[in-house]
Amino acid sequence: MSEIKMITGTAVPVYGNDIDTDRIIPARFLRCVSFDGLGEHAFEDDRAGEKAKGKTHPFDDARFKGAKVLVANSNFGCGSSREHAPQAIYRWGVRAIVAVSYSEIFYGNTVAMGMPCVHVSPEDAQAIQALVESDPSVEVSVDIEGNCVKVAGKSFASTIPEGPRKQFLSGGWDATSELLADFQDIETVASRLPYVNQFA
Amino acid sequence: METGGPKTEKSSRHGIPEYGTMGQTLYDKVFDAHVVRRLSSGQYQLFIGLHMIHEVTSPQAFEMLRDRDLKVPFPGRTVATVDHIVPTEDQSRPYKDDLAEQMMKAIEANTQQFGIRLYQPGSGKQGVVHIVAPEQGLTQPGMTVACGDSHTATHGAFGAIAFGIGTSQVRDVLATQTLSMGRLKVRRIEVNGKLGSGVYAKDVILHILRKLTAKGGVGYAYEFAGTTIEAMSMEERMTVCNMAIEGGARCGYINPDETTFAYLKGRPEAPSGAAWDKAVAWWKSVASDVDAQYADVVKYDAADIEPTVTWGISPDQSVGVNEPIPATSDFPEAERPNILEAYEYMDLSAGQSMSTVHVDVVFIGSCTNGRISDLREAARVAELHGGKVPTSVKAFVVPGSEIVKKEAEAEGLDKVFLAHGFEWREAGCSMCLAMNPDKLKGRQISASTSNRNFKGRQGSPSGRTLLVSPAMAAAAALEGKITDVRQILSKGGN
Ligand code: SF4
Repeated sequence: MSEIKMITGTAVPVYGNDIDTDRIIPARFLRCVSFDGLGEHAFEDDRAGEKAKGKTHPFDDARFKGAKVLVANSNFGCGSSREHAPQAIYRWGVRAIVAVSYSEIFYGNTVAMGMPCVHVSPEDAQAIQALVESDPSVEVSVDIEGNCVKVAGKSFASTIPEGPRKQFLSGGWDATSELLADFQDIETVASRLPYVNQFA
Repeated sequence: METGGPKTEKSSRHGIPEYGTMGQTLYDKVFDAHVVRRLSSGQYQLFIGLHMIHEVTSPQAFEMLRDRDLKVPFPGRTVATVDHIVPTEDQSRPYKDDLAEQMMKAIEANTQQFGIRLYQPGSGKQGVVHIVAPEQGLTQPGMTVACGDSHTATHGAFGAIAFGIGTSQVRDVLATQTLSMGRLKVRRIEVNGKLGSGVYAKDVILHILRKLTAKGGVGYAYEFAGTTIEAMSMEERMTVCNMAIEGGARCGYINPDETTFAYLKGRPEAPSGAAWDKAVAWWKSVASDVDAQYADVVKYDAADIEPTVTWGISPDQSVGVNEPIPATSDFPEAERPNILEAYEYMDLSAGQSMSTVHVDVVFIGSCTNGRISDLREAARVAELHGGKVPTSVKAFVVPGSEIVKKEAEAEGLDKVFLAHGFEWREAGCSMCLAMNPDKLKGRQISASTSNRNFKGRQGSPSGRTLLVSPAMAAAAALEGKITDVRQILSKGGN
């Protein structure tokens, strides 16, 4: 189990509130039995839409190629529970997300996958996006231990809920082994629940 | 996410908080009854009473089990069905879509290997996962329910705590029958009074979403209450809870009452005989106490709710059918870019009334509105209207399950739909998310009884969706445009 304390790399900004998981990975790419190959389809329809308007989506923009940190705005990842969405982002190359807020299911998925998502203020999210936009080669450090995001010598305060923070720092983000640790306790709780025993 | 925490935690046995005499919500009672322990992260390990799986979000989870050589210790507590990719026209195997066939084969092999029940097409029990579990009596008050699907909130209609999860968490539930979860705050949402004619559960939840916004519920469980909700049937309650997730809430629920018990009585998986009375007593005990403490309470008046239509690309962007589309100035500054994006994508503008908007496609179905009462109401509107769907409109009805289909056919609803120019299909998710062959084309615009109007949701990257009730969808199909269904209902003297 690996500890995750800090993610450092270049960043890619994705703009807008309420970016839902249908946009991150359209449903037609859910016709699969494995997550492999989802990376190239991340934001596929948004990318095509921008192209049609003569613009370039950040995920197509050569300047942001190889980015490890995604910088977004509020309620990122709302909608469908599909883990295909964070998996697509991860497989594109992202290892951490900085945003104002996230939908809860999306958040739970990213923790279980080991991709930390930290919260910053709306102003700071925009400020970081602007810094990255003006210099795409700038290094961004998402410091889970220090609760901050460092960009070009500036430090922005970030937060991460205490539970996931501990999970990343201790390496316990992959919950399965801890959940299985005392199987007897699970059976005890099950045996106390009247419906498990058919109300006998 | 870790929010709140038990307010009156006194002592801990197995890490289970014990409470004083202060009133508790159903959420807290059910949560506490299912806690196995506090994890090192501070999250709680929660036992899951009912786990449902479907073909889209489970294959990778089974792969992870095999990779790590994990077993499924409670195979009887997981139930599988197929709904998302199944075609609703020709269901003969192998499916024409190779990838869909591959997904079917995967769930068949996985459920067989791990000893899990699978409700297959043709079994008489197949359908949209959130419709079939209640039909069988699997969903019961006081349970924790999980499924790799965000609309798992639907099951909260029974007084269960039901959440959508991702694939890694599906793996955890399969391997341990538990999940790592934080505690939510509870918001009580009261709706009081009598709904007007032509106003349905769908309009109630669209109204609530509009008021509380798509992200207003993040960190919360929503408890729906009040006389309007209490007067609802179980099917209507499911419609309301189904869309709690569209408001950002992790789950939504309604306290169990006589309506809940009457619905469950006699269902194949519900308790019977001597167990029934014990079950009812326990179910009653899990309801929120009258003096329960809530993080906050909001109240709405049923009389203020109109037949509602979404105009934008988020389920909270809606208006009453005769109301103008709001202007950007009606929204806080930070929201305005999203509003402009919605006008542009939908090709609609501020001040315009939705009742002039033509539709190309009408979809009646989904876990929001694919149950028998939904189809009855749509058929009633078709009969009162008396006309036919114009050739410019493609309208189709997809029953939510094989049981709904059979019941509808026994009542002759299929004939009503066919006579009025609607297509009649096999059970599945269909154009709710368009993973099967049912898709919008190009810029087509649909009136849909489903739950999401996101960009591209119905299969065309530029397709547009207007969310409505089944009655409003039927009216839109027959008139070829969004129409106030009350004009048609008034012909029936109602
Ligand atoms: S009907 Fe739609 S929302 Fe419901 S489970 Fe199927 S795809 Fe999801």
